[in-house]
Amino acid sequence: MTVRRTAGLVLAAALLAACALASLAVGAAMLPPDVVWTALTANDGSASHVTVSEARVGRTLLGITVGAALGVSGALIQALTRNPLADPGILGVNAGAGFAVALAVAFFGVTRISEYLPFAFLGAIAATVAVYLVAGGLRGTPTPVRITLVGVALGAVLMGVSRTLALLNAETFDRMRFWSAGTIADRPPGTLEAILPFILVGLVLAALCATPLNAVALGDDLARTVGARLGWARAGVVLSVTLLCGAATAASGVIAFVGLMVPHAVRWITGPDWRWILAYSALLAPALVLASDVVGRLVLMPAELQVSIVTALLGAPMLILLVRRTRATAL
Amino acid sequence: MRGLQARAGTPKGTLTIRRGRFSARTSVRSVTTIAVISAGVVALMVWATTLGSYAISPAELWGLVEGTAPQRVHTVVVEWRLPRIVAAVVFGIALGISGAVFQSLTRNPLGSPDIIGFASGAYTGVVVTLLLGATGYAARGAGALIGGLLTALAVYLLAFRRGIQGFRLIIIGIALSAFLDGINTWFTAKVDVDLALHAAVWGAGSLGAVNWTSVGIGSAVLAVLLVAAPEAQRRMRRLELGDDAAAALGVPVEPTKLALILIGVAATALVTAAAGPIAFIALAAPQIARRLTGQGASVDLAGSAAVGAALLLGADLIALHAVPGVPLPTGAVTICIGGGYLVWLLVRESRRERSTA
Repeated sequence: MTVRRTAGLVLAAALLAACALASLAVGAAMLPPDVVWTALTANDGSASHVTVSEARVGRTLLGITVGAALGVSGALIQALTRNPLADPGILGVNAGAGFAVALAVAFFGVTRISEYLPFAFLGAIAATVAVYLVAGGLRGTPTPVRITLVGVALGAVLMGVSRTLALLNAETFDRMRFWSAGTIADRPPGTLEAILPFILVGLVLAALCATPLNAVALGDDLARTVGARLGWARAGVVLSVTLLCGAATAASGVIAFVGLMVPHAVRWITGPDWRWILAYSALLAPALVLASDVVGRLVLMPAELQVSIVTALLGAPMLILLVRRTRATAL
Repeated sequence: MRGLQARAGTPKGTLTIRRGRFSARTSVRSVTTIAVISAGVVALMVWATTLGSYAISPAELWGLVEGTAPQRVHTVVVEWRLPRIVAAVVFGIALGISGAVFQSLTRNPLGSPDIIGFASGAYTGVVVTLLLGATGYAARGAGALIGGLLTALAVYLLAFRRGIQGFRLIIIGIALSAFLDGINTWFTAKVDVDLALHAAVWGAGSLGAVNWTSVGIGSAVLAVLLVAAPEAQRRMRRLELGDDAAAALGVPVEPTKLALILIGVAATALVTAAAGPIAFIALAAPQIARRLTGQGASVDLAGSAAVGAALLLGADLIALHAVPGVPLPTGAVTICIGGGYLVWLLVRESRRERSTA
């Protein structure tokens, strides 16, 4: 089993590399792999080389970072809540970020995408902290069901307010509709550098939480019996999800489906061991994001389709096929 | 039979209702809670008829009952305000039932008609009708209905493999909803801002456009569903024990699941066609009802229906009158009220648990 899973992991890494290469080569200007290679190693400043180094490298790296963050945070939140309907948004990340952006647009007159980032990130963090505190009754350690319910309820309130703001003001609506269609294209310079530290910390935390999560999957009582420290595991997971999903959403807008779908699909390959699920998700989610981004550049040439839309259009049929083919396994 | 019951004893606080072949057991607390909520809803309905820019006094209202009120009062109350008030109650009941059915069926507190993709499909249906150039109210309702029903059918058929299993239903529902949401987001970001706003306003749900005809159709559909409700509740309780246990208790599992899905979808459809997708009541009502009636882990149809009606009526009143002169979108207010109330209940619950622990 371990040999098979390791081989699969190598395959997943290769798939990600292939998607990254495609992301560098494909677009309005189609470049052969050797041109991409020379652009990376010996850039001579020609138009095709500049296309790669200026536009596509940054976009690809952002896609990998955001994808990994979404995939890992999705797996973490499903492990924590033991609910197949849970996505990272359930902690209120998307709703909090959206709410903050709506406030910024409606009341502070913020118009540039680069100015959204801090608002979105702070909004995401504030919402998640609020969910965790409310679910725990301000002090105790919250149970998964309560985190889920509070997250959904609080997220709904925030979303309701942002939606009201948007519907009462056509200008706000106009800006919000683009923010909610998440994309990794044309991000302001410095976006990747701004989110990378948070995402790295989040990934390290996720790796630390992987082993306790296997105990969490047994149920609370059994987990305590085998010596897992549930409080720490839960707090670590929530912190990690906040950092990962908050930073990713701040950088790219809402990309909802990746964090939900990839861990589900991965569990059918790896079985229930969360260490493997997290590793696979960290590789396959960015592959899905990059592949969707490449498809999004091609279908409406010369216009592009936002990556958040394509991930759903590509990922949903895949998920349906998988769930029909395999034995459905609950969390 | 009687002797057996006496020996087993009836737990304190439970109530057994018998009528001919049928009997039901419920708790005193559940019955009182539902009665109190229902009375509150009726009081709220009466009060709502007096609110608005044209104030109606209680005397005028009484005059209306006696048939001595002037024509103007009749127009304002019966033709303008009452359809919307009745719609809020009827649609609230329908959403509460629909949510309870889906949460019981999937045994998941996040279960709601969205599970079966109805809302996303209805939105796509409206988007398609808008793209075809139809902006009329009837066309929108028809588009929503067709889109929603087709999606629900697709989810059911795709999820059916030697029976319907809760988990697979959830995953297929998520996937298909995400697919359609992708299309909807693309539409919203792509088209002219006015057209996108048109769809978004519909998508927020509003009781602003209901009239006696749409309320009448909705009530008729709901009446049929209510007749089936007691039997549905009985079977839901057994299905919650698991498919095998339910089958052993004599429940035909797959036909029952199909019937429950049909009830849930019909209840959602009657609301969506008339008022758009009013979000969150279906999700929140069963959870709130559970905490108010103390029904344990089980989902209670009557309680959800009562809470649903109270939530939608209350939210609609706030939407209409909170900011004078600016009607807020009902759907958005519903989310805020329902979500806020659920949060409050959860906070209270966790406090109580700690104090007893």
